[in-house]
Amino acid sequence: MSTTTVAPSTGVKSAGVQSPGIRFSGVLRSEWTKLRSVRSTIWSLGVAVFFLIGLGIVGCLVVESRYPNVRHDFHPLSQSLAGVNLAQFAVGVLGVLTITAEYSTGMIRSSMCAVPKRLPVLWAKALVFGAVTFAITLPAIVIVFLIGQSILSGHDLQVSLSTPGVVRSLFGAALFLTVMGLFGLGLGTIIRTTAGGISALVAIVFVIPPILQAILTTSLSNDINPYLPLSAGGSIWTINPDSNTLSPWAGFAVFCGYAAVSLAIGAVVLRKRDV
Amino acid sequence: MIEVNNVTKHYGPTVAVRELSFKIKPGIVTGFLGPNGAGKSTTMRLILGLDAPDSGTTLVNGKPYVEHSAPLCEVGALLEARSVHTGRSARNHLLALAQTHGVGRARVDEMIDLVGLHDVASGRVGGFSLGMGQRLGIAQALLCDPNTVMLDEPVNGLDPEGIQWVRNLLKGLAAEGRTVFVSSHLMSEMALTAEHLVVIGKGELIADMSVADFVASASSNVVRVRSPRLPELIDALKAPTVTVKSIEPSLAEIGGLTAEQIGDAAAAHSIAVHELTPVQASLEEAFMELTQ
Repeated sequence: MSTTTVAPSTGVKSAGVQSPGIRFSGVLRSEWTKLRSVRSTIWSLGVAVFFLIGLGIVGCLVVESRYPNVRHDFHPLSQSLAGVNLAQFAVGVLGVLTITAEYSTGMIRSSMCAVPKRLPVLWAKALVFGAVTFAITLPAIVIVFLIGQSILSGHDLQVSLSTPGVVRSLFGAALFLTVMGLFGLGLGTIIRTTAGGISALVAIVFVIPPILQAILTTSLSNDINPYLPLSAGGSIWTINPDSNTLSPWAGFAVFCGYAAVSLAIGAVVLRKRDV
Repeated sequence: MIEVNNVTKHYGPTVAVRELSFKIKPGIVTGFLGPNGAGKSTTMRLILGLDAPDSGTTLVNGKPYVEHSAPLCEVGALLEARSVHTGRSARNHLLALAQTHGVGRARVDEMIDLVGLHDVASGRVGGFSLGMGQRLGIAQALLCDPNTVMLDEPVNGLDPEGIQWVRNLLKGLAAEGRTVFVSSHLMSEMALTAEHLVVIGKGELIADMSVADFVASASSNVVRVRSPRLPELIDALKAPTVTVKSIEPSLAEIGGLTAEQIGDAAAAHSIAVHELTPVQASLEEAFMELTQ
């Protein structure tokens, strides 16, 4: 960029600054400034919204156009929520980046000098990231639901908000995405590199479960399957679960457990290790 | 006031600092010198709590840095200037740090103006030149009006005007009663700025004294002596601690004696002296001698 910089003024810095000391509200404000001031945030959330709305609408349009050839496992809600499966990548990556970008750019030194107790930064990141992710994905999910169902109503295939389980599913999808992102944040705090954090997230959520199912005996596999991340997390937003899944909120609690454990380990590591 | 009390730090098998102890006092600029790899950056990181020492403690104004309620108001530090997210603007970077301490936008803008980054404050830091990045780091260090200012190579990448500005800034901060602790490789600049020096090498303290004492202790302090009867004078001055370097038949540089001693000896032997000039070692020479 062109640099026409003014010569620095020679005055010694002026009189004092009133600081009430570090307060958690200030750290929250700081993390919100950090989150909103980099392009990667806008990109990641934009991609997530794009997948959520785009794929949901496309899915519903495809069903409409193929009528009466409807798949046997078709459910109108899962058509609208087709985008969640891809949006979870975008959100997970953003969760990882929220912390690993500080390590890769060296910003972590500035942050840890400003808040030398360190943990408030992690909790503030989790709160701000979680709130923003939920606040963006929930409206997108509701929008795609309403549009998708109105498309499907052409052949009377739709469900409405008053159908049992629908509101919980929509809410649950936004919660699922948020917790997926927090899981990424925890892994990023432990591993500290962007590539490592994303690899760990992909491995734990997508790669290891199928491998386990392939190598374990059928009965063992059936026992652990409900507790694997996508099954557990999926129980709160998917419809037509197979019989071997946990109840919605139990499954969600297990999924939250993944995020909680990664954040807890991340907190210990953050506190103890050299920056 | 910074206190480093007997700190030792290993990184793996390497000892970065070993039983290092010194105090940095307020009201003067203290220079922190040492060859590359001596442990200067490590020491600063230990003071700021970024790394934990294996043994020993560091205190800032009587407490460890981490225990202060407003740490950025205790120590403003510039370590490596690249401690910034390159995708963020300078203003947002400073704002995010200021907000942790409840310090507002007005102060951020004040610091941006002070260091002369007003025109580029809204642009991505990734586009900054080295000098601009340094100035942002200085703005960051001064953001919360700290009692102690700790800077690692602050003039790196600055033009002569910028270097002079930093020098005056540091002296002004010290004159206000703050503790100013600066590391630099630029000896000539250090000689103009610092009053006291802490010199380390291979992780250990080598010297902790005023600049004047440090320079005076260098053996390259000599006296230029020009005399028509130089050989006689040299004979009269011979001693095991005296070195003589001939430059011309009537000009020599004599080490190990003060100008007063040489002048008195010449007078005692009625030898005319046409030039008697103490030549002080530069800070660089003193430093090179000490750290070889």
